[in-house]
Amino acid sequence: MRRLVNIYRLGTKEFYSLWHDKILLVVICWVFTGGIYVIGTATSQELHNAPIAIVDEDASSLSVRLIQAFYGPYFQTPSLIPLTAMDHELDAGRSIFVLDIPPDFERDVLAGKQPDIQVNIDATCMSQAFIGAVYIQNILANEVAAFVAWGQETPKSPITLATRVKFNPNLTSSWFGSVMEIINNITLLSILLVGTALVREREHGTLEHLLVMPLSATEILLAKIWPTSLVILVSVTISLYGVVRGALGVPLAGSIPLFLCGTLLQFFATACIGIFLGTISRNMPQFGLLMILVILPLQMLSGSISPRESMPVAVQDIMLAAPTTHFVNLAQAILYRGADFSLVWPRFVAIAAIGAVFFGLALALFRRSLAQSR
Amino acid sequence: MTSPGVARLAGVSLRYGKTTALDAIDLEIPSGCMAGLIGPDGVGKSSLLALVSGARRIQAGTVAVLGGDMADAGHRNALCPRIAYMPQGLGKNLYAALSVTENLTFFGRLFGQDRAEREERIATLLAATGLAAFADRPAGKLSGGMKQKLGLCCALIHDPDLLILDEPTTGVDPLSRRQFWRLIQTIRAGRPGMSVLVATAYMEEAESFDWLAAMDAGRILAQGSPQELLDHTKTPDLETAFIELLPQDKRQGHKALVVPPFVVREGEPPAIVAKGLTIRFGTFTAVDHVDFEIRRGEIFGFLGSNGCGKTTTMKMLTGLLPPSEGEAMLFGQKADAHNLETRKRVGFMTQAFSLYSELTVRQNLTLHAQLFHLPTAEIAPRVAEMLTRFDLTDQADTLPDQLPLGLRQRLSLAVAVIHRPEMLILDEPTSGVDPVARDSFWELLIDLSRNQGVTIFISTHFMNEGERCDRISLMHAGRVLASDTPAKLVEQRGKSNLEDAFIDCLEEATGKEQTAVPDRPAAAPSPPPQASPRTGSYDLRRSLLRLWAYADHETREMLRDPVRLVVSLLGSVLLLFVLGYGITFDVENLKFAVLDRDQSPESRDYIQNMAGSRYFIEQPPLADAAELDRRMAGGDLSLALSIPPDFGKDLRRGRVVEIGVWVDGAMPFRGETVRGYIEGLNTLYLQQLALRTQGVVTGMPAAGTQVRYRYNQDFRSLYAMVPGVIPLMLIFIPSIMMALGVVREKELGSITNLYVTPVTRLEFLLGKQLPYVAVSMVSYFGMMAVSVFVFEVPLKGSFLLLSGAALVFVTVTTDIGLLISSFAKTQIAALALTAISTLLVTVTFSGLTTPVSSLQGPGAFLGAVFPVTFFINICRGIFTKALGFGELWPNFLALAAYAPALTLLSVALLPKQEK
Repeated sequence: MRRLVNIYRLGTKEFYSLWHDKILLVVICWVFTGGIYVIGTATSQELHNAPIAIVDEDASSLSVRLIQAFYGPYFQTPSLIPLTAMDHELDAGRSIFVLDIPPDFERDVLAGKQPDIQVNIDATCMSQAFIGAVYIQNILANEVAAFVAWGQETPKSPITLATRVKFNPNLTSSWFGSVMEIINNITLLSILLVGTALVREREHGTLEHLLVMPLSATEILLAKIWPTSLVILVSVTISLYGVVRGALGVPLAGSIPLFLCGTLLQFFATACIGIFLGTISRNMPQFGLLMILVILPLQMLSGSISPRESMPVAVQDIMLAAPTTHFVNLAQAILYRGADFSLVWPRFVAIAAIGAVFFGLALALFRRSLAQSR
Repeated sequence: MTSPGVARLAGVSLRYGKTTALDAIDLEIPSGCMAGLIGPDGVGKSSLLALVSGARRIQAGTVAVLGGDMADAGHRNALCPRIAYMPQGLGKNLYAALSVTENLTFFGRLFGQDRAEREERIATLLAATGLAAFADRPAGKLSGGMKQKLGLCCALIHDPDLLILDEPTTGVDPLSRRQFWRLIQTIRAGRPGMSVLVATAYMEEAESFDWLAAMDAGRILAQGSPQELLDHTKTPDLETAFIELLPQDKRQGHKALVVPPFVVREGEPPAIVAKGLTIRFGTFTAVDHVDFEIRRGEIFGFLGSNGCGKTTTMKMLTGLLPPSEGEAMLFGQKADAHNLETRKRVGFMTQAFSLYSELTVRQNLTLHAQLFHLPTAEIAPRVAEMLTRFDLTDQADTLPDQLPLGLRQRLSLAVAVIHRPEMLILDEPTSGVDPVARDSFWELLIDLSRNQGVTIFISTHFMNEGERCDRISLMHAGRVLASDTPAKLVEQRGKSNLEDAFIDCLEEATGKEQTAVPDRPAAAPSPPPQASPRTGSYDLRRSLLRLWAYADHETREMLRDPVRLVVSLLGSVLLLFVLGYGITFDVENLKFAVLDRDQSPESRDYIQNMAGSRYFIEQPPLADAAELDRRMAGGDLSLALSIPPDFGKDLRRGRVVEIGVWVDGAMPFRGETVRGYIEGLNTLYLQQLALRTQGVVTGMPAAGTQVRYRYNQDFRSLYAMVPGVIPLMLIFIPSIMMALGVVREKELGSITNLYVTPVTRLEFLLGKQLPYVAVSMVSYFGMMAVSVFVFEVPLKGSFLLLSGAALVFVTVTTDIGLLISSFAKTQIAALALTAISTLLVTVTFSGLTTPVSSLQGPGAFLGAVFPVTFFINICRGIFTKALGFGELWPNFLALAAYAPALTLLSVALLPKQEK
């Protein structure tokens, strides 16, 4: 009880600190509002406005029909280029896809010769190349089939697929990007705010002052974490309701309070990583470097940018030790799929356990780091 | 003193926010003599010196130095080589990681001296100051006195006409202090024309100056020679004279301090016992077998210079540092960091003000009362009592930052005693406090000790405070030299006062040979060989020399911080490994499950077709629709199929059957890919089915497509990712290191060198940038080696061209760091701003995962102008497409344009004077 009171009393002071640091306040406000909005409206990993060029060597009614089949939002209006410009178009990165409709294409189609259209893809754009190829093949097949079967009914395929996309029927990428960016912000800010506060307080001697008072290291560390977590929690709530659901119009399926509970746990875990880094670095440049070293894998390999399934098994296993991996999974399950606690509790346990381990490490190194600071 | 003054101030005022530091000052400082500014901390001495030296921007009034207006940048620049400024704080403008010689070399280069001239001057100065024996020792490991001597050497390296010293002897032991002044005398004897302007809080030092100005609260109280001041106030010494000069309300209640004698109570156990207390940091012994016993209710003093081990001893007593050897006992119990009960009986006040500056006086008191668990009902009255007793009632709701130092120290003491401790440990509580405030502080201490039986353990470097203690220990270099009552110590040494007794002890302990200052005035630098005009035309060679001074210093500093060096060199290679392997867009191993309501051979065949592909892994089948919903919600499945009853029968009869497909759209990219896969597999299955059952291929399209994946035939993510991750690594680490490298100078104070030496902003920035560009290039070559030899990503284009682009790119990324550092004031702000501004845009908008052409809104704009975009284009173009300059020139041009633009912007934003 006494400990809780200490943690509470000591923590209230952090609000004053944050209030006095206007740059950080502005940064926090921006990343949870404007930043999310920009990401939500800008990105798309799936096909969107893909630049495409077509070499029309046939110039027939079929080839014109094919050219007209490519339009937004998946493709930009195709630019027509001569055969000689094809390589340059791809080299310069102006188009990701270049189609070559061969001479006499229409005639060969009608003659049943099954001519091929060449589809050149810039495979350095991994995320769009494959999906784009599938789309282009489908569009071309449908258009050609409709052209051939002019006026007749096309023969039906014996097995048709009734494909329904669950949780995001139109595969709108802002649904994904906005929430993942909130997660990235939580990771970055928790490590940055708590870690730098520790390094700074150690340099200013205020930590020492606390250590000679009847307070335990656990109390001091927890008092550093809870006020910031509250600020982040409020920011995330505002961001979810105001920006994600409000401005971007993303329907959030599941229970937001449950997600916020997860946010709290996640903040605790990453803040402990921040404290851990703060205790092992001797000055701010060292902390900055270590932070980058930790943040990048945490953000990029957690499944919030590329799918986890496709990573090498070793990376997947290592990343199980990162709280973000579990949190990304948890966030997707709750917010998009509407999962309840019975489905996601193992993730809660995992994040809490990782947090506890780092908290223990930080605590063990905390006093040692003070001795070193001299 | 008929010659025109070396500096003339008229109507000069200076404000920091709401605080007035200087209030309409009119002053003429005489030239060719020792001029002093006296007064306690925070009265405006440092501000005045900063204005005279040109380090700080003039807000109001005019300052004329050496015959020119300091508001005029041209005059300031011309004047730089004639003024030397040594800021307050031990070794503040020195670089702790550099050795004595390296520091001097740095300053020599800043003043454009060539090697021969520099080496000659350094040798002369080192010999003159007795530092020659320590030429290779890092400045950070020098004692306070030696640091100040080095600071003086650095200031004298260019033969200034005006030497400005801001509290050069504060925190220095009395022997070093005496040597320092002797050194100044010697130098002045060698260069009689030089004016010296000194600020000091030690009144006894000021007595030997030629001219004095006494300052208080941003105003000049009086000026004249020391004798004139004494005559004017009719007082015997300057300290009393100063108190006499203070306005009436400040003097009020001041009276000579009387310390009632300490009565030893027999039979009581000692409150503090230290036995053979020793602590080592690495090979350095900071405290060496210190013993003492302090009785209950006694005032025990620790006297010594900065860095002699006073603070460290105190930290061991409080349990903050575990001793390497020996033990410390408080109230008969071992000092232990985990003993919370002992902590409640002790009050501690650290050297630096360590209360929360964001809480008001009252909030600080209340917080501490709460943390010490005073009963809730008692807190408010106790806080009120402390406010009255320490005379802080009027300031109760003020933030500590707005209080003068004396009041802040009083607050610290109030906080330290709020829980009625039986023992107080005070580390230099009166450092920098004016004499009147110091006396009133001591009144409080005496009251606590004599009337309430509180044991007080106090450290100080003021001799007159030492005289007030019941017993003192004289400390030097981690050892206690002598320990007794002040009177007995003076008597034992046969001296007239404590200061002389201490100096005698010090000389005995350190030995004459080490501390001797050569007396020959010839040792002082002779007039310069006059190698160069002091003012005037731009000289490229000197400019490069100044630039090199910073580059050389930054390189050495980096080389001496192994953690920073290793992380910055290997960190990027390590991340390339992790990210290169980790990020992949080859979507494979997707989990799927089937709700098979048919259970016929045909349905099993269909499922087998799916499970056999490398894209999908089959999971245990689904029992019903509810399970499908549940398992998809839990994220176990990316794909679920529902095969209707009679699937097999209908298929055999040629009826069209429909399979239900559910794709997890939570991650749109993956969902889209899954949809593509499943349609492809279905078509393939139908073709095979037709072939098997009818022996013919049906349903073939009238036209086909022939897909060619260019540049990356195997369609491997690694080939696409590696050329994208290299730019990623080359922006974060260089920009953060660069930003912190500059802001660190601001926080540590060595930025003053930019303000008062001839170095220009451009030279400063480029000099600091060069080493980071070099380190980044080394890490670039490391990453290239890993990419080509470990990942075996073929480099199709020109390595030389790519390296050239990388060089331009790291110049730009370090420029980003420079830009941020030019306005960020703290390292935290610099770190946060750099991380946030580079991380987001680079990862999402620069074409790493999504082509810039597919972005929209503000993100598309950011992506189109962000320099990383251009380098990713170049990197991918050269790596995978074998493109040359002919194709890539627009990217090169855009990238190259950023470098000068950002540098110029940084130069424009970085002030050459403190605001």
